[in-house]
Amino acid sequence: MNDGKEHPHFPDRSRNSGQSAGEDDHQQLKPGVILEERYIIDSVLGKGGMGAVYHAHDLRFNVTKHVAVKEVISQGTDSTLQKILANNFAREANIIASLNHHAIPKIYDYFTLGSRSYLVMEFIQGKNLEKILEKMDGLFPVQQVISWAIDLCGVLDHLHAHKPDPIIFRDIKPSNIMITPDQRVVLVDFGIAKEMQLGKKGTMIGTEGYSPPEQYRGESSPKVDIYALGATLHHLSTGIDPRDEPPFTFDERPAHKINPEVPLELEKIICTALEYNAEDRFPSASAMRETLLPLARTAANTYRPHAPSDVHQDFAINPIWVYECEDEIRATAGYSDGMIYIGTYDNNLYAISASLGTLAWKYSTDGSIVSTPNFHENGIYFGSEDHRLHAVSERTGRVMWTYYTDGSIWSSPTISEDHIFIGSDDGHLHTVNAGSGRPAFKFNSGAPVRSTPLVGDNVIYFGNQHGDFFCIDFRGNVKWRTNANKAITSSPAILNEVIYFGSLDGLFYAIDAKSGWKLWDFRMERGTISTPAISGKYAFIGSADQHIYCLDLQSRRRIWQFKTDHQISSSPIVHEDALYCGSVDGNIYCLDSQTGKLRWRYKTSGAITGTPIIIDNVLYIGSIDKNLYALPI
Amino acid sequence: MGNLWKSLFRKKSNPNDEVFAVPPQSSSKTLPNMKKIVKPKSDIDDNLSMQSNLDDSKEIKLHELISGSAQSVGRQRDHNEDALFSLTTTLSSNRGRIPFGFYVIADGMGGHEYGEIASEIATLTMIEQVAQKFFNQLFTLKEQSPSGPVREILVNAVQNCHEGILENAPGGGTTLTTVIIWDNQMAIAHVGDSRAYSISPSGEVKALTRDHSLVSRLVELGQITADEAAVHPQRNVLYRALGQGEPFEPDIITSPAPKSGWLLICSDGLWGVISEQEISEITLSAATPKEACQLMVNAANAAGGPDNISAILVKIPG
Repeated sequence: MNDGKEHPHFPDRSRNSGQSAGEDDHQQLKPGVILEERYIIDSVLGKGGMGAVYHAHDLRFNVTKHVAVKEVISQGTDSTLQKILANNFAREANIIASLNHHAIPKIYDYFTLGSRSYLVMEFIQGKNLEKILEKMDGLFPVQQVISWAIDLCGVLDHLHAHKPDPIIFRDIKPSNIMITPDQRVVLVDFGIAKEMQLGKKGTMIGTEGYSPPEQYRGESSPKVDIYALGATLHHLSTGIDPRDEPPFTFDERPAHKINPEVPLELEKIICTALEYNAEDRFPSASAMRETLLPLARTAANTYRPHAPSDVHQDFAINPIWVYECEDEIRATAGYSDGMIYIGTYDNNLYAISASLGTLAWKYSTDGSIVSTPNFHENGIYFGSEDHRLHAVSERTGRVMWTYYTDGSIWSSPTISEDHIFIGSDDGHLHTVNAGSGRPAFKFNSGAPVRSTPLVGDNVIYFGNQHGDFFCIDFRGNVKWRTNANKAITSSPAILNEVIYFGSLDGLFYAIDAKSGWKLWDFRMERGTISTPAISGKYAFIGSADQHIYCLDLQSRRRIWQFKTDHQISSSPIVHEDALYCGSVDGNIYCLDSQTGKLRWRYKTSGAITGTPIIIDNVLYIGSIDKNLYALPI
Repeated sequence: MGNLWKSLFRKKSNPNDEVFAVPPQSSSKTLPNMKKIVKPKSDIDDNLSMQSNLDDSKEIKLHELISGSAQSVGRQRDHNEDALFSLTTTLSSNRGRIPFGFYVIADGMGGHEYGEIASEIATLTMIEQVAQKFFNQLFTLKEQSPSGPVREILVNAVQNCHEGILENAPGGGTTLTTVIIWDNQMAIAHVGDSRAYSISPSGEVKALTRDHSLVSRLVELGQITADEAAVHPQRNVLYRALGQGEPFEPDIITSPAPKSGWLLICSDGLWGVISEQEISEITLSAATPKEACQLMVNAANAAGGPDNISAILVKIPG
């Protein structure tokens, strides 16, 4: 070894500024370049560390014959080494050429030009599964995944049965699986480039996340492909990319738990393929295929996915009491001094005894009430569709004062420093003295404010329906503002100087409370109006995509997600080690907050849009079925 | 109305109270430096008189980060494949007092051609990206936010590093551990088996990153013990490295910056050779981060120095 002072292979760093490239340059071929006086390059289909794959056509035909040209550029300048590599390339090309299977592209030609070797193959119409996954909304139907799995087992079986030696694909993953317009699978990229890297220290073979443990040790057998197929099926049926997760952790994410549509039988097959020890996996691809076939039959004929309601039925939750209001309850209850207060669509705020479920009094406004009541000294404060912020005496249920805004109030009041902070559809954030009902100031945000303001260290945070998010001081000066792409109805939560909220744009945001900088965002499948719960290391939020998500605050990693049967407008709350959240499917769910595992649920007869509250181990929640429920937890 | 405003805004009535702190307690940690710079041969009396002159002034507490670094080829390699970058700044102005620190360590992969080039490309690409998309947006008169979430800036920066290596040093690979501290926040971008640690004022060492090495994964799975890992033949095999394999999402961590203590960023030439106990003892006993880094590198070399060694230590004022 030399002393490192000279770099004979130091790449020409000025290349990008337009200087000419040398012979050993690794640049891609430009469209129009003709190879072997026969193949004219049309475009680049993909590129990797060792070369690229081009779309080209064959000039020997009068019609346009499309071909795919795969290029491998060998490193180094040693001519003997280059010769060996070219020979290896030819040998592999010959092996593949001897294969005849509808899911393997045909090979037409191969040749070597200097340091570059080329393989001319059948051009496959269609898209690879990774690209399809990236673009799609939601997950593939399970039946589709099963059907592809059976085809992939078939082609692997063909490769593994090759004589005299089995051919190991070594790199099964979505990006190497093409789906043709008629939904056939075709395996592409026979890992030739990777084959040529064998034996080099520190080099990885295969793809992180899809490769089994023994592949990291350089071992290779048909079981390597079975593992990678298991990993691919797990990816396709859950949407969770194994490259984003630590290797060999699939058992922490059972497919059925993430996607309840995945039948337990399929989950078991995936688990067997993913066994850590190769000997515990299916003995062959054909054995794996055999276990998949019955699933496909039932899938086609009688198979019905297990809806969560079929799986768990007997939760013996008996309400302590139920109180029926005159109209739908969409709001969240408040609790103060032994009483539950809740607003309804019949324009009333009800005061109900928390222990008995009996009515103490009703207070009528001139509009629906969705605002959550808040309390200060002896007053109850809430907004109404009638444009007013109401202040009512806790004891008597009589009005103390009302404060008019120029729009309906869906926002809930926050109380701090003897003042009420509340948003209105008139576009303002209003600040009102709790005692007198007189305004301190209002701030025009330019669009309806339906989120509940958060009061922090001498500042107020809130979002509006245009997707603007503000941090203002108590003089109404904007400290900073940022924005989402759609309305922010979700209310902000704060922990360790980071603000968290969701938006109808489908993103969940983490914002530096001091500067307003976005730290990260997390994409859900649909928008959200749910307010996040922050507890310990995790954030919890519901989404219109029907899921409740649990995310790690620091790494943004999804810890778990739980699917309900309808969208979630309710906000989750954490109590001890459990998470409680309502769903438009009518259920209130209790999940293990660390794992997302269902503990129990209670079904009401209408959608739940409010957020549960828990006082002394009793959960209070309203439903669109007009009832307010008190449930033991 | 006047009373109203007063009650509402009483906390803000005299903001200057917070800005101008009481005159400093004699800060023994900074004075030795001053001594050297101001008057190389001065003695303590000079410093005392200097301080008494300052007694009627009001010092602003700056919360400055203090960093030091050290690097060594080690005793068994013939050249250096590690790259290191360290930038520490302080802004004290009307908009507040913003400490800023930006640190990078990249460890080119041994056995690969272009290992040292890969680590250089990764480091320079990261510097360029963070300077343009982060630093320039933080320190500007314009009212603007960064072009995207911090996480996204870092993910894209790592992606650019990856592509830069594929293009300019094909076959080369590198680890990359980047730590950015601004104000009260911290962000870490991490690939491979270099590490970032926090060290508490009492010397408790905690790894902030998770190695992307096959062996550490096997340890996590309980397949092998930590002792077996230390001598495992595949202990240098990474399952994630820049320039190697498919593009992927790096580990990005955003969290509040530690309120006090130290941050250490280092390559495996350091953490693989000296214990956390030694790291802790050296950090606590050394006079400056620079000295601590030098002592740690010396300790790694004394223990055989099997690999390149890079270390950056950042002191966070309590």
